[in-house]
Amino acid sequence: MEILVCVKRVPDSAENEISVGPGGADIRREDLVYSVNEWDNYAVEEAIQIVERVGGNVTVVSVGDTEAEEIVRREMAMGANQGLLATDAAFTGSDGLGIATILEAVARKTKYDLILTGAQADDGAAQVGGMLGALLDWPYASLVNLIKVEGDKALRIGREIEGGSQEISDIELPCVLSIQTGINEPRYVGIRGIRKVASVEIPVLDGGALGLPPETVGAAGARVRRVDYFVPQTGAGAEMLTGSTEEVAGKLVDLLKAKGGIK
Amino acid sequence: MDAKIFVFITHTDGKADDSALELVTAARSLFPGCTPNALVAGSGVGPVCQEVAASFGEVWKFDQAALAYPNAELLRPLLVKVLPAGATLLLAHNTFGLDLGPGLSVKLGVTYVPDVVGVDGLEGTTLKAVRQEYAGQVSAHVHCDIARGAVITVRPGAFKPAEAGAAAGQVVDRSEDATGLAARRTFVELIQAEAGDIDITREDVLVSVGRGIGDKENIPLVEELVEAMGAALSCSRPIVDAKWLDKARQVGTSGKTVKPRVYLALGISGSFQHVGGIKGNPFLLAINKNPKAAIFQVATIGVVADLLELLPVLTEKILKSR
Repeated sequence: MEILVCVKRVPDSAENEISVGPGGADIRREDLVYSVNEWDNYAVEEAIQIVERVGGNVTVVSVGDTEAEEIVRREMAMGANQGLLATDAAFTGSDGLGIATILEAVARKTKYDLILTGAQADDGAAQVGGMLGALLDWPYASLVNLIKVEGDKALRIGREIEGGSQEISDIELPCVLSIQTGINEPRYVGIRGIRKVASVEIPVLDGGALGLPPETVGAAGARVRRVDYFVPQTGAGAEMLTGSTEEVAGKLVDLLKAKGGIK
Repeated sequence: MDAKIFVFITHTDGKADDSALELVTAARSLFPGCTPNALVAGSGVGPVCQEVAASFGEVWKFDQAALAYPNAELLRPLLVKVLPAGATLLLAHNTFGLDLGPGLSVKLGVTYVPDVVGVDGLEGTTLKAVRQEYAGQVSAHVHCDIARGAVITVRPGAFKPAEAGAAAGQVVDRSEDATGLAARRTFVELIQAEAGDIDITREDVLVSVGRGIGDKENIPLVEELVEAMGAALSCSRPIVDAKWLDKARQVGTSGKTVKPRVYLALGISGSFQHVGGIKGNPFLLAINKNPKAAIFQVATIGVVADLLELLPVLTEKILKSR
């Protein structure tokens, strides 16, 4: 099975304090720790496991600036066979549809049987996989937490839906699936693994190579544009307790007792 | 404009989901004064159509046995067929909406506006919406060109439900349009979540642990606190993904919906999917090392601290106070 996995380099929101930069034009980027989007990492692991079972190849692609190369390389260290980087100044400012359009062009250069994306990334939009499926006119399923290969024409899949129930479906190949966390346990990538792929060439695809007119992608093609970031004024917010560890713990005990939290 | 504003209604066990009336409010915020139309698809959906009719202009009923289960791959071509050019469709940003919406926007050739939490207004054909990014740590104003129409997903709980009965809608049976649909994804079965050894939905004091605990080896620190308090242990999604605790203990839209009196959130960032599983307005205490964590926007009491330092001291003090 030829599998393409789409990955994004993001500041991990679990590891970073995200705050708004001057004028709200961007978040403060200095001191942020970047990594591969968590959902995408599960998607790469799943692709590798499928290929380990039924054979084939895993290609990892990222749309981003040249710094995205580091996460493509990391996912190759995990076991992906090839890496691709789609980068072009004209891609800057793309909305979800712009990113999906770039990925569509990547997908059309090679014959893939399956394309995986993470279910969502840092902006929480959860949109690129579904758009890519529609652009390619392939069937799509989101929030996938189970994949079984059934012959070479179809997959049996599970989707995670509300309340933790699982919706089982059959889906024809080729298809696009967005992967939910928890579908597998992504393998650890050690320094040795990274070293092994340190000098592997990662082909770079720009708008010209992908046959994309500049007006269809980037800020020029975007119908959804982020104007600024801000921190909402939400009600009173939490009353923050401060002091030494001892003092804070004491205040918490008092509050918990008062509210019946200690039984 | 009204003729082109639609709300897709999902339903469970013959009743419209809570999102239906929230979407009415969202539609009116987007297009002041509008009376949106509703789309209801399924098998035997007459009662659902009647139930919601009073809140919409027209209710289009698509009643077919083949639509008994809401398969987004089957409904997408139906909506492409029946929606008029330039239509704006609102959906809940839930597991169905985000399955259907992105691809639908492409097939309709309209703008996709995902996970809207607020509206700043409409200026000409520019929709000004509010979204959240980075797990709710920051918000963003987005401007969307909806001249050609739009598919908009609305975050559950972000808009108050509208009062039912503001319109005198009529049900229009369009079931004939829903014949001969085909999809390359077919529904097989629904597997209900397994019941665990504990039912956290019945507990009135919950101590919930999240990614901030750092390592499986640290879970006993939380268990000791739980025992000292006489509370029950629950968790957020990353803890289940890492297989440190059972799925039965997960609070959130993809886990359990709980309604405790007291909820102590330890190292939980506070994604809307997690907070969406906490009902009943509990006394909510949050401890997190990240002062920007979204959980502090909804907590009653907040503490910025390292769990590994604070928890043993807290447990000790509780035991001493007994």
